[in-house]
Amino acid sequence: MSNLIFETSREGRRCVILPTSVMHGDDLYPEFTRESALELPEVAEIDIVRHYIGLSRKAHGVDNGFYPLGSCTMKYNPRLNEDTASLAGFAHIHPLQPVHTVNGALKALWHLQQSLCEVTGMDAFTVQPAAGAHGEFTGMLLINAYHQSRKDTARTQVIVPDSAHGTNPASAAMAGYEVISVKSNEKGGVDIDELRSLVSEKTAALMLTNPNTLGLFDENIKEIAQMIHEAGGLLYYDGANLNAIMGLSRPGDMGFDVVHLNLHKTFSTPHGGGGPGSGPVGVKKRLIPFLPNGTIIAKDDALAIKNDDELAIGRMRSFYGNFLTNIRALTYILSLGRDGLKEASMNAVLNANYMMEKLKDLYTVAYPSTCMHEFVVSMEKEKDEYNVSAKDVSKALLDVGIHPPTMYFPQIVHEALMIEPNETESKETLDFAIQAFRDIYHTAMTDGQALRDAPLTTPVKRVDDVLAARSPILIYKKPE
Amino acid sequence: MAQYVPNTKDEQLKMLEEIGKTWNDLLSPIPQGVRLNRELDLPPGISEFEVMAKMASYAKENKVFTTVLRGAGAYRHLIPSVVRHLSAREEFVTAYTPYQAEFSQGILQSIFEYQTMICQLTGMDASNASVYDGASAVAEAVNMTVDRKRRRALLSSNLDPQSIMTVQTYTQHLPIDVEIIPSKDGRLDLDWLKDHLTEDLACVVIQHPNYFGILEDTQAISDVVHSTKAKMIVSVNPISLAVFKEPRAYGADIAVGEAQPLGLNIAFGGPYLGFMATTSDMVRKLPGRIVGQTLDLDGKRAFVLTLQAREQHIRREKASSSLCSNQAHCALTAAMYLTSMGPVGLKDVASQCYHKAHFLQKQLAALDFKLKFDQPFFHEFVTTTPVSTNKIVQHLEQHDILAGLPLDGRTMLWCVTEAVSEKEIHTVLRLLEEVSK
Repeated sequence: MSNLIFETSREGRRCVILPTSVMHGDDLYPEFTRESALELPEVAEIDIVRHYIGLSRKAHGVDNGFYPLGSCTMKYNPRLNEDTASLAGFAHIHPLQPVHTVNGALKALWHLQQSLCEVTGMDAFTVQPAAGAHGEFTGMLLINAYHQSRKDTARTQVIVPDSAHGTNPASAAMAGYEVISVKSNEKGGVDIDELRSLVSEKTAALMLTNPNTLGLFDENIKEIAQMIHEAGGLLYYDGANLNAIMGLSRPGDMGFDVVHLNLHKTFSTPHGGGGPGSGPVGVKKRLIPFLPNGTIIAKDDALAIKNDDELAIGRMRSFYGNFLTNIRALTYILSLGRDGLKEASMNAVLNANYMMEKLKDLYTVAYPSTCMHEFVVSMEKEKDEYNVSAKDVSKALLDVGIHPPTMYFPQIVHEALMIEPNETESKETLDFAIQAFRDIYHTAMTDGQALRDAPLTTPVKRVDDVLAARSPILIYKKPE
Repeated sequence: MAQYVPNTKDEQLKMLEEIGKTWNDLLSPIPQGVRLNRELDLPPGISEFEVMAKMASYAKENKVFTTVLRGAGAYRHLIPSVVRHLSAREEFVTAYTPYQAEFSQGILQSIFEYQTMICQLTGMDASNASVYDGASAVAEAVNMTVDRKRRRALLSSNLDPQSIMTVQTYTQHLPIDVEIIPSKDGRLDLDWLKDHLTEDLACVVIQHPNYFGILEDTQAISDVVHSTKAKMIVSVNPISLAVFKEPRAYGADIAVGEAQPLGLNIAFGGPYLGFMATTSDMVRKLPGRIVGQTLDLDGKRAFVLTLQAREQHIRREKASSSLCSNQAHCALTAAMYLTSMGPVGLKDVASQCYHKAHFLQKQLAALDFKLKFDQPFFHEFVTTTPVSTNKIVQHLEQHDILAGLPLDGRTMLWCVTEAVSEKEIHTVLRLLEEVSK
């Protein structure tokens, strides 16, 4: 059992000592001076090192093992990216330095924006949004600004498929839209007939993930795009699953007007245990004027930072985005190039289909046609017949060192497990995982309790999340 | 080119063979009409050594200043080696959001400790696991306070202009009226506020120290705000809380801020770290991830993502925010920084910032850089300049010093942190004396 850092604390211990300074300005203002104690940990350097090394051993990243977490694209994070992001010329420049002293930063961001335009078929990008959901929100505001600029103000609805990520409807709502859900058809795509009945002069946009969260490319994409555009709406592309189609197909060519990407998925930047990510947004020409302040733009043959522009939607955060994350993504794009990006996508699709084919005799694949980069299986039957759930399978995977797939999503598949192997995993790793999934399935049939008891080898056993929410303990309090 | 696909072409073909498919079969779901029937117009991949050379050439075109006297939302502080090394541990760097608690106890515990430290600094009861940055934290905080009856948000004009614009951007299509409270002598105009209180007031947002470095009259503002039962949101510099009163002490309801000063590089604006903390009665309105303590099956202490009923993956369009990915690794880094400093070290950082800034201000006054607002300040202050700000910026730049931020042709916002040595401050004064002549 490991201590919290506060429990390791011993009064008077020190780690870092600053350079001595005797410079005296003024006495501290008594009316503003803090009176209460500041109970930060007091530890020596060896204590802090042992503490965090201990925590790191109870964490699991891509570097530790296979991580087929659906829709999260947990691909290998190249070491080179870390080295370029650590260059002093990137890490130690102030965001408000005179522009002539940050030409390299502007050039790098412009290079990234232009590369993303080519990969997606869009006309311009902003790299300001800090994450995918932030990009979605940005995109919704751009769409709103576009309609308003045309005095087309009656568009109050955004249509979102029932298979979409929860961030989609939440982002649309933050931009003031009413969210209309459209069902999926029997093939897992958008139900065209229902969509037709929902599209109207109120439609501001349709948000679509393609391939979608079932790992399926919507075969009707052209028809969908036409339907939305004819009604005067715009098409929004959630780029969570771009890893399936780089160099093969482009959202811009499918008819999408606004795109967000997740650089921490498709473009190999690490996810850091929950962030920082980066969620650049790309647009077609007619939406360029609305891109946020803080976007890198080309002006009079030079690069500049968009600032105080009346047409802009405003700004999504301070400065220009998660800069070092964006530097990592540019590094990746330069490394792979046109051939490598395409090869990555093709192998992501191959690896997913390979796993699906080798599991589908045991596991029920929700939509068993050829998948793109991921596929979804349902444990509904096993749950009913053997009382073994998607969660039980997931927890059993932990015991063989595999990070489980995304569980219980998309919500349209009951007892869902969404499996995304990605291209940076070898055949041996896939074969090992396939065998593990198969063994677990057999255990489910013969000894369901063993799965319900899993995991056994992790630092803690199954945690009580109900208790956590019922009586929340959100910070450490020193015992009285 | 760099190669991150491990399988050889032969292995790929063998896999295809095993599943009885061809490349064409695999790509068949993409309709002909939307296939890209050409190569992407990008250069081919290159080796890591060539990539490094290219990226280094971009980095070289940026000037890294030895001395930085510019803050305005991004602060260069000393970062201990131990923070850099520990935060680079691959298990932390390459993990996803800790959905699988049993596999992620290290990350969950680190966030729980981070939340505790943020509450220690601010005096609050609960903190989330982070948001994108300080500006978006302010915007999310405003959204927390608005309901059907209370739809008016008042923002101090002394907030960082980027925070103001972010709030305006976030709320532009929501039923929230955002108004700006004017400034008087560099501080919030309290009389104006008193005259503009209404029953539908949801919140008042101040920054403390404010954009100009000035300490606001927090207690008086708090009293006025709470007389209408509106909420007080304060955006604070976390370093300053080592020496100045914590927001809870003057009755703030939500404390937010930019935690970049806690061990993160200035890095041209990001990744940074937005923190958000509040009182226990408002916890369920906090956006984003929150980690809680619980027990495992054996009754052992464990940590888990909790109170998820607030979040987008459960509530979809009814969620408090669409926030999903946050800045977890930055939060981890900040917790490491605070631990490495400890209470004594952090106070030393804050008080060196304070004394060095005040020292510089006094010496500048003697050089006819007049203090624009005669108000208490932390480590930033505004002066008029005896010569044009351009001239000052250019002169200091020649000596590898980044001057304060010009607010206009004859006004400058200065910042001094502990990272500026006493010797550097004397050099700056000598150079400014030269340029002012």
